[in-house]
Amino acid sequence: MTDQNHLLQFLLRQGDNALILSHRVSEWCGHSPILEEDIALANTALDLIGQTQMWLGYAAEVQAEGKSADDLAFLRDAWDFRNILLVELPNGDFGRTLLRQFLFDAHQSVLMGRLIKSSDDTVAAIAAKASKEVAYHVERSADTVVGLGDGTAESHERMQAALDYLWPYVGEMFTSDDTDTAMAIAGIAPEPSTLRDEFHALVTRVLTDATLTIPGGRFSHKGGRTGEMHTEHLGHLLATMQWLQRAYPGCEW
Amino acid sequence: MLRPSVEQVWDWLATIPDPEIPVITLVDLGVIRDVVFRGETCVVSVTPTYSGCPAMSVINMDIETRLRDEGLSKIELKQQLAPAWTTDWMSPRARMALEKYGIAPPQPAGGPARCPRCAGNDLEKLSQFGSTPCKAQWRCRSCLEPFEYFKCI
Repeated sequence: MTDQNHLLQFLLRQGDNALILSHRVSEWCGHSPILEEDIALANTALDLIGQTQMWLGYAAEVQAEGKSADDLAFLRDAWDFRNILLVELPNGDFGRTLLRQFLFDAHQSVLMGRLIKSSDDTVAAIAAKASKEVAYHVERSADTVVGLGDGTAESHERMQAALDYLWPYVGEMFTSDDTDTAMAIAGIAPEPSTLRDEFHALVTRVLTDATLTIPGGRFSHKGGRTGEMHTEHLGHLLATMQWLQRAYPGCEW
Repeated sequence: MLRPSVEQVWDWLATIPDPEIPVITLVDLGVIRDVVFRGETCVVSVTPTYSGCPAMSVINMDIETRLRDEGLSKIELKQQLAPAWTTDWMSPRARMALEKYGIAPPQPAGGPARCPRCAGNDLEKLSQFGSTPCKAQWRCRSCLEPFEYFKCI
């Protein structure tokens, strides 16, 4: 794979993570437990869609096939997506949605902090922009995880169940392949495994405050960021997200 | 028409209200980063407040419309990401206008300094997000009124 191709893969991973999570979070719009949370989730989805536009916009530029960020979002099939499995999982209840958000935000907050120093100026600029939003997201999702985890018996039980369900999807964030190695050598992005300690320190502190127990198993689902194998949920998500552009190609309003 | 001066263009831009918060202008908000002429083309660099802020497309359209109304025909709007927008770029006039309008201006401490309605300082946060990505919801325990706070980033 050429250097440009590795860069494209890296940008698709960033853009697809933000895009797919944004879509999942936006599914809550109009359904949240209270109005303030509905607005907060919609705003989080909005920030993520903005980050998607920057990542996929740059990906389209690097790809140099005359495509736009919209083309990449709406006209690729499931096997071309490079998001981690965690973000495509169904929302579950409100607690699981917020716990997934926290695990993602915690990882993003560590990653964006490193990408600000990327040797690629555009990557650095996108990360600098996104990191301000991510800092705000992780503050909110961490607060909510603590509030629900250390809440009532019912909310605690649901949060522990959510953590047991989501934890096996965390490991994929730290897996590495040729693209990651190429990015690290070029100084564009760090090796994912080098983010693990900082991530664990943050997550352990918040989950301890939330009185939740991190599951012991070391098994980790993977295959999303390499595109090797997504879960069955991604196709359904894309069917909803892409139907308009698929049914009415080139539709604008 | 004669090519207007860069100062003249800035004066025109300084009259465009923010589409969501009409009491402040785009120049007050600090999103217009640069104005230059490249030949006959007027190039305006705009930076987004929040990456996904839906007001950005309206902001771009308002800039273009305003400059066309003044007779400029060649206009290029450039998105500038770095350095990332910060509320530090907001003018003192904008901060006062926001407070008068009922929105607490951003503070480095991370929360509003006082209630924009009664100036009370016994405040509580209701939600980290408000009606737009740039705001949060707070309430004053003195006058019991909820109000919006412009987030400091």
